[in-house]
Amino acid sequence: MKGLEVGDLTVQFGSTVAVDHVDLEVPAGSVVAVLGPSGCGKSTLLRAVAGLEVPASGSVAYDGHSLAGVPTHKRGFALMFQDGQLFEHLDVGANIAYPLRLRHRSRAVQGQRVAELLDLVGLQGYGDRTPATLSGGERQRVALARALAVDPRLLLLDEPLSALDRGLRERLAGDLHDILRRAGATAMLVTHDHEEAFAVADRMAVMRDGRIVQGGTLDEVWRRPADGWTARFLGYATVLSGEGARRLRQLAAPSATWESVALRRSALRVDAAGPLTARVQEARVTPDQIRVQLDVDGAGSLPAVADPGTDVRVGASVRVSIDTSRIAPVPVER
Amino acid sequence: MTSLRSRAGTAALAAVPLLALAVFFLYPVGGMLARGFWPEGSFAPGRVLEVLARPRVHRVLWFTLWSAAAATAVAIVTGVPVAFALHRLRFPGRDLVRALVVVPFVLPTVVVGVAFRQLIAPSGPLGRLGLDGTATAIVAALVFFNVSVVVRTVGSFWEAIDPRREEAAAALGASPAQVFRTVTLPALLPGIVSAASVVFLFCATSFGVVLTMGGLRYANVETEIYLLTTQELDLTGAAALSVLQVLVISALLALSARVRRSVVPVDRTTKRVPRPRRAHLPVLAWTAAVVVFLMAPLASLVVASLRRGESWGLQNYRALGTTGERNALLVPATQGLANSLQVALVASLLALSLGAAVAFLVSRPGGGRPTAVLDGLFMLPLGVSAVTVGFGFLITLDRPPLDLRTSPMLIPIAQAMVALPLVVRTVGPVLRSVDDRQRQAASSLGAGPLRVLLTVDLPVAWRSLLAAAGFAFAVSLGEFGATSFLARDDRPTLPVVIYRLIGHPGAENFGMAMAASVVLAATTAAVMFAVQRLRVGSMGAF
Repeated sequence: MKGLEVGDLTVQFGSTVAVDHVDLEVPAGSVVAVLGPSGCGKSTLLRAVAGLEVPASGSVAYDGHSLAGVPTHKRGFALMFQDGQLFEHLDVGANIAYPLRLRHRSRAVQGQRVAELLDLVGLQGYGDRTPATLSGGERQRVALARALAVDPRLLLLDEPLSALDRGLRERLAGDLHDILRRAGATAMLVTHDHEEAFAVADRMAVMRDGRIVQGGTLDEVWRRPADGWTARFLGYATVLSGEGARRLRQLAAPSATWESVALRRSALRVDAAGPLTARVQEARVTPDQIRVQLDVDGAGSLPAVADPGTDVRVGASVRVSIDTSRIAPVPVER
Repeated sequence: MTSLRSRAGTAALAAVPLLALAVFFLYPVGGMLARGFWPEGSFAPGRVLEVLARPRVHRVLWFTLWSAAAATAVAIVTGVPVAFALHRLRFPGRDLVRALVVVPFVLPTVVVGVAFRQLIAPSGPLGRLGLDGTATAIVAALVFFNVSVVVRTVGSFWEAIDPRREEAAAALGASPAQVFRTVTLPALLPGIVSAASVVFLFCATSFGVVLTMGGLRYANVETEIYLLTTQELDLTGAAALSVLQVLVISALLALSARVRRSVVPVDRTTKRVPRPRRAHLPVLAWTAAVVVFLMAPLASLVVASLRRGESWGLQNYRALGTTGERNALLVPATQGLANSLQVALVASLLALSLGAAVAFLVSRPGGGRPTAVLDGLFMLPLGVSAVTVGFGFLITLDRPPLDLRTSPMLIPIAQAMVALPLVVRTVGPVLRSVDDRQRQAASSLGAGPLRVLLTVDLPVAWRSLLAAAGFAFAVSLGEFGATSFLARDDRPTLPVVIYRLIGHPGAENFGMAMAASVVLAATTAAVMFAVQRLRVGSMGAF
C-alpha cells in the first residue's frame, strides 16, 4: 500500500530554510501526525505537499507518481485549515457540496452525499444554516465534511483543532479519529499539540527547525524519544541525567545502560512502600491527585504525584515509588 | 450622570459640524433650489416640470447617464486586475506604482481635461485617432480619473480575503478560474458594487472634464447647470436639474451605504503576499499598460509645457510670472498659485476639524440610527453638484448677517464642504477599527474621556488624520466646480487661471496653461506622495 512519499524535501523562503531535507511517508489508509512547535516548518511542509509552496529541491510523490508541476487543484487532495475557511457566502450544505459541484455531480448525488457527510460528522439537519451561525466546533466539522466530500486521496489537516477550547478539542479529537477511520481516509495532520497528535494519528513525525527529528508509530516515539527536547515536547515533565539518572536506573532497570531518562509527572508517586526517600518542597491539590515537588535523595528536585488525602505537608519526609511504564530512556545530550 | 454628561458632550461635538453643514451647504443649496421653485417669489413647480420636458434636457440627461455608466464599466474592468497586482502581489516598485495610480484621482479636473485634449488634439501625439471632441475621449478621461477609486476600494477588499480560503478551494479541486469565480468574486462583490456606485457618482457629476472636453456638443447635467446659470441666466432650469441630481445621487448614496453595511467583516490577515509567478504575467502586463494609460496624458502635458511653437525651453514657465498674452489675466499666474496654496491650507484645516469631529461621532459603537443619518448627511456634498454649491453661495451668502461676498473665507469654506466627505471616509474606518474594549479598559484604569481619546484613539488615528488633511489639501488645490463661481478675477486660484488661459487665444497663453497645469499637477502629486507614505488603508477607498 503506497501513499504519500516525501523525499529529501527542502523549501526555502529567500535565505530562510523552512523545510530542511525532510523524508516522510504517509502509507495509504493511515493517519500521520507531524508534531512540532510553531515556526518549525510543519505547515510549510503541508503546504508543499498540497502544492501551495514550490520546493527548492526534493520530491513529493503519491502512489509512486511524482507530483512535481502538478497544480494544487489537480492533486486530488483536500486541505482543512485551523479556522475551517468555510465560504461565508454559501450555506453549510453548499459548502460541503462545493467539491462535488466542481466535479459536476448531479444534484441528487450532491444532496445524498451532503446528507451522508452531515450524518458522519454529527450535524444532521444543518444543511441550510449559514457558516456565521455556527460555533467553532461546528465549523470545523463542516470543514471536515467538505474536505471528505469527494473521498480525497489524501486529507491534509493544518492544526484542525487548535482554534477550539480545551474540552471541545478533546471531544472533537476523538470524533476526528473515528470519522477518519470510518471514512477510510489517508491523512496528514500537522499540530503543535501532542495530545491532539496522540488522539488522532497512528504514526507521528516530530519536527524541529525544519527537520524531522524522529518518526515512527505512536508507541515507538512515546517509548523512545529521540532526545531530551523531544521528550519534553511530547509531554514528559523532566529529563534527568548524571548521578540522579543512575540512581533511578539502579532502582527501575538495573540491567539497562541508559545514562539519561525522561519522566512523566506521574512516574514518581508518594508511596509508603516506595524505595526512595524524599522531602516535600511544594504541594498543590488538583481534583484527581496532589501534585508535589520533591527533593529526592540522590536524584534532586523532581515532580511527583500523591493520592488525594495523603499527608504531604511541605517539609515532610515521604517515601516514593517509581512507575517504570512512565519513564523513557533518552540519549545523553551532547 | 456620566452618561448624561457624555451625551451632552456628544451633542455639543455634533452641533459644530452640523451647524457648518447647515449654513454652508444646506442653506446655499436650498437657496439655489428655492430660486428655481419660487421664480418670482411665488411657488411655481410647474415651471420645473416644464424644464424636465425639454428635448435638450433629455439629451443632457441621456449623455450623463450613458457616459457615466460606460466609464464605470470600463473603470471596473480596467481596475480590478490592477487591484490584484497591487494588493495581492509583492514586487519591487509596487509602492511607487500604487502612488502613481492614485495621482489622477487628485489631479485637478481642469488639468485632466487639458492634458487629454493635448494628447488627442489633431496636432497631439494621438491626433491621428480623431478622438478630439468625441464622447469616447470624455469617457476615457472619466476612466482615467476613476481607475484609482476601483483599485483602492477593490484592493482593500482583496487584501481582506484570507488567501487560505482560496487555497482550500484549490485543494478541493477548483482550478484557478473556478477559485476566482466561486470564492474570490463573491467576496469582492461588495467592494466592486461599492466602487462602481462611487465611480458612477463621480462620473455623473463630473464638471471640469466635460466642460473642457465636451465643447458645444456634449454636456452633462453638471455642465448644463453651469451653462444655464452663467450663460442663459435660466435659474429655473438650473434648479430643476439640481433637484433631479440631488434625488438620483441620494438614492445612489443610500444604495452604496447599504452595500457597505452588508459586508461581512473579515479578519485581516497579516500574511505576507507572494511574489508574482509566471501565471501572473498577464496581470502584470495589464497593470503596466494601465500605468502607461494613466501617465500618457501627463507626459504629453509636460512635453507641451516645454514648447512654444517650434522652440523648446522653459519660456512658458518663465511666463507664469506675467499676466499672459494681451493680458489674459488680471494678476500673474504665480499669484494664482499663491492664492491656491493659501486657500487650500485654510480649507483643509476647516475640513479636517469638522470631518474629524464627524468621523469621531460616526465611529462610536452602538450609535444606531442617528449615527447612520449623520454619516449619510455628511456624505451629501459628495453627490451635490459643486456648481450648485458655488452658485448657492453666491446668491445666499450675499446679505447680512452672512455677507461673505468679499470675504477671503468664502472659497475656503466652499472647498472645505467639498472635501468634508473624503475626510470622514478616511478617518472614520480607522477609528472604527479600534476595539471598543480598549477604550473600556483604558477608562476602567482611570482615564477620563479626553484621556481615552488621546491615549487610545489618537495613536491609532493620527496617521489617518494627517492623510485626510493632505487629501483635503490636494482636493482643494484642484477644486474647480464651486471655485469657478466664487473666485474673483483679481484673486483667482490656479485652476481658474488655467481655465481662463485656455479660453484665450495665443500660443503664449496656451503654453502658460500647460506650464501652470504641470505646476498644479506636480504640487498635488507631491502632497499625495507624502500622504501615500502614511499608508492609511482607508484613504481613497469608498
